[in-house]
Amino acid sequence: MELLNAFVVLANFVLIPAIAYGSQLALGALGVTLIYGILRFSNFAHGDTMAFGTMVTILFTWLLQSWGVSLGPLPTALLALPFGILGCMALVLLTDRAVYRFYRAQKVKPVMLVIVSMGVMFVYNGLVRFIIGVDDQRFADGERFIISVRTFKAMTGLDEGLAIRTTQGLTVATAVVTVAVLFWFLNRTRTGKSMRAYSDNEDLALLSGISPERVVMITWLIVAALATIAGTLYGLDKTFKPFTYFQLLLPIFASAIVGGLGSPLGAIAGGFVIAFSEVGITYAWKKVAGYLMPEGLEPDGLLQLLGTDYKFAVSFVILVIVLLVRPTGLFKGKSV
Amino acid sequence: MSQTMRTFGLFAFVALLIVGTGFVQSWNSALLILNMGLVSAVMALGVNLQWGFAGLFNVGVMGFVALGGLAAVIISMPPVREAWAVGGLGVMAALALGVATIALAVWLTRAMPKGRMRAVVMLAVLVVGFVAYRALFDPATDAIQKVNPALTGYLGGLGLPIVLAWPVGGLLAAGAAWVIGKTALGLRSDYLAIATLGIAEIIIAVLKNEDWLARGVKNVIGLPRPVPFEIDLQQDPGFIDRATGLGFDVTTASTLYVKLLYGAMFAAVLIVVLVLAQLALHSPWGRMMRAIRDNEVAARAMGKDVTRRHLQIFVLGSAVCGMAGAMMTTLDGQLTPASYQPLRYTFLIWVMVIVGGSGNNFGAVLGGFLIWFLWVQVEPIGAAVMDLVTAGMADGSALKTHLQNSVAQMRLLTMGVILLVVLRFAPRGLLPER
Repeated sequence: MELLNAFVVLANFVLIPAIAYGSQLALGALGVTLIYGILRFSNFAHGDTMAFGTMVTILFTWLLQSWGVSLGPLPTALLALPFGILGCMALVLLTDRAVYRFYRAQKVKPVMLVIVSMGVMFVYNGLVRFIIGVDDQRFADGERFIISVRTFKAMTGLDEGLAIRTTQGLTVATAVVTVAVLFWFLNRTRTGKSMRAYSDNEDLALLSGISPERVVMITWLIVAALATIAGTLYGLDKTFKPFTYFQLLLPIFASAIVGGLGSPLGAIAGGFVIAFSEVGITYAWKKVAGYLMPEGLEPDGLLQLLGTDYKFAVSFVILVIVLLVRPTGLFKGKSV
Repeated sequence: MSQTMRTFGLFAFVALLIVGTGFVQSWNSALLILNMGLVSAVMALGVNLQWGFAGLFNVGVMGFVALGGLAAVIISMPPVREAWAVGGLGVMAALALGVATIALAVWLTRAMPKGRMRAVVMLAVLVVGFVAYRALFDPATDAIQKVNPALTGYLGGLGLPIVLAWPVGGLLAAGAAWVIGKTALGLRSDYLAIATLGIAEIIIAVLKNEDWLARGVKNVIGLPRPVPFEIDLQQDPGFIDRATGLGFDVTTASTLYVKLLYGAMFAAVLIVVLVLAQLALHSPWGRMMRAIRDNEVAARAMGKDVTRRHLQIFVLGSAVCGMAGAMMTTLDGQLTPASYQPLRYTFLIWVMVIVGGSGNNFGAVLGGFLIWFLWVQVEPIGAAVMDLVTAGMADGSALKTHLQNSVAQMRLLTMGVILLVVLRFAPRGLLPER
């Protein structure tokens, strides 16, 4: 019983939140890693791309809600998501046309593109703040829980409850579907294969007749979709606030680098490594230990390694360790 | 037009903008822009040292600026003796233990052969060190934070003149830069960017949460000033005589006088840093730096220790940023960790350097003044434009209110557009490197 209770506490406060957060990070990191693989620069505007896509989704959610459309137990945002993705795609394609293409034609150094993406970041950030404001926006509706603490306790008769929020279940389900579709696309379709070829060796890909502009356009489309999905899931799970999305840049980059920049599989692994360490290190383990330790030996303190405000420090430390020990990441990424 | 003429012309233009502000708005706002412009110019010089001279991509400027601010508190605030009595020793011992643990771990890495044994010993040292550190640290900080939490609740500072904080802020920032440079330099440029982005967030997190150090989000206000208070000047008969003699209102005269004093001090620092940077740029050392930047492989082949030189200039540039941060906190008279935002303190400085002209010290200074002027003035200009745009709309319509409330967000958009336009049409900046 004690062991089961300990496991339920662990699942409730660490495993489930970390899996949901890890899925969101993985989707974000996939976007970063794809841009790195194909366009060969670190996109600083990625957090704000996510914010923009989420903002469009939120606006459409409100529109649908005002029409009285809903998905019953599921959040309305799911219906609005395709519109958000389309909006985000339009934005990134426009940006590529107006900004990035010029530098691509000149074959500038990657660091120049990073600086350009800094300018894009400012513009996106300003746009989002201009349109929707800087405040928190909650847009989740529908059923709040798949399993609530009360029903779980009634079902199992344990002392500890387990709650799975709809948004958490939805996050994991959507992430699995998205990643499956993405990998099917990259590994099985002609376009996907041409993208991987372009990422591996640009010159050989050009020689075999792959159109670079088309590859780049498709990459941006996929990245826009991934960013919007990741952003919307994060916003549903927590709340939407433009500044938070900007701050997500650090864990997302950490995930992509830990996994190996340019490697999609690595991005997913990295996302979960970062999420589990962040949640695990900032969680107060007192309750779990209370169940596991023998009678009389329960700890007095909170058993919290670091305060929750230091979660950035966690992703950072993992990043540094990986950089020192294995600079190409867990899965061999590029090292340009 | 020769480069000298161009430099002169652009600086005259910026001077005109600031003087114009004095005539159109008020001299107080003009001097405010000038003072923060001076501070921004010093920060821009620091970033230019790293990016313009050596091509190092540091996006952690905010962290170094905040460390400068911390130095201002540590140097100038009076010490809280009671807090030192209850927890000072404990905190110092805990910090010493933490440093010792890390030093031991680093030494073990070097001394022991690679293998499972080393990993186990390392882990044991780190875990034991961490537990011991927390056991010493937590009670000490709790005790410190309980000492009169409404007013102090921290260790206080050294009670020295605040101007001393400027070099000390530079030293603090240099120390942090050394640690980060040791780990991240020598890797790819993107990695340095991400690492600096991370260290800046961590420094801000520490300032926000470690109440015993500088009160965290409760802020330290009322820092001592290097210049007299306006209120004292207004009661000083000598000052009143001089002000009225010159035909000024006493209140206005006192505020202007104080700002001018700050301006003079900042200008002195800026000139010293600028002269040193100029001398460095035209010395053999500066030429070597630029040669390394342009072709690392060739520089390596010539026997230059690229990583070491990079570490050197990274530390120097960060120190300049830290000094500017201490100056800024001195001007504000308070340390408010929650106000440090990367867009304002990291990326805006980058816009200054790129727009001004990376690699050119005068360009960085020009960018500092110009972009700061725009950053301040975009809001009133945007409000005026928005009034014009919405003039035709019905009063009280949702769109009109929304548009007018969003004017405050125009700044970021404008800065982004300026950066993109400059990068496209004048990629080397307004004053290109010679």
